[in-house]
Amino acid sequence: MSRVLPFPLLSLFLWATWMLLNGFSWGHALLGLVLAVVLPLGTQSFWPNVPRLRNFPKLVRFVLVVHWDILTANMAVAILILGPPRRLRPGFVELPLDLTDEFAITLLASTISLTPGTVSADVSEDRRTLLIHALDVDDQDAMIRQIKQRYERPLKEIFEC
Amino acid sequence: MNEIVEFLVSAFILVGAVFALVGSIGLVRLSDFYLRLHGPTKASTLGVGGTILGSLLFFSWQERALQLQEVLIVLFLFITAPVSAHMLAKAAMHRNLKRREDTRGGPWKQ
Repeated sequence: MSRVLPFPLLSLFLWATWMLLNGFSWGHALLGLVLAVVLPLGTQSFWPNVPRLRNFPKLVRFVLVVHWDILTANMAVAILILGPPRRLRPGFVELPLDLTDEFAITLLASTISLTPGTVSADVSEDRRTLLIHALDVDDQDAMIRQIKQRYERPLKEIFEC
Repeated sequence: MNEIVEFLVSAFILVGAVFALVGSIGLVRLSDFYLRLHGPTKASTLGVGGTILGSLLFFSWQERALQLQEVLIVLFLFITAPVSAHMLAKAAMHRNLKRREDTRGGPWKQ
């Protein structure tokens, strides 16, 4: 099983993408299936050790929370941008990471960048700190606490790393 | 076309357009590179998201079947946008671009 399908979720994702792009037909279902098996095998050596997904319901919850935050944060940032620029309090914030897995850190950094108002700028070489640029920081510690509780802890539970 | 659907589609497209506009305004108004980086991330999330929801609804209604190609656009955008923002920020720090004087903290030395 693991020889033929080293990344079952990636294969499923590739197949679903192929079907969505081409519309359903049996020919495409078969072609997509071949691609879904061959592509992960061919690119296997490029992938870092992707941690196993442990908690699927938590992942769904996480995705919903992130979408909700994107929605609300967008409004907040829109008001900030349209208001007087002098009122902004930009800053670089260092977030100490509890996550150790590279894939999970990537997901956390992407989530931070996707939610408006924060962009992840760099990861320290020892993979222990994430540098974030924020548009408007009121209280650094509160921001760090919020990111840790809202995004990092769920990710930790999802991948159990 | 059913008026309710028409209304919803228009609402989604309008919301998307407004947020894309606000993102662009941010790009013009904000004063340094790092601040400007925040504009496009908004345009690419809610701006594109709203437009795409409108498109999805419109074509699903027209074809009388759920059209999901649009979901792929969002998916790929959500995967790639943070990476490009990250690379831009990294490049800016590497070149030591000017920051607004009241920026708290700063890039670290590595």
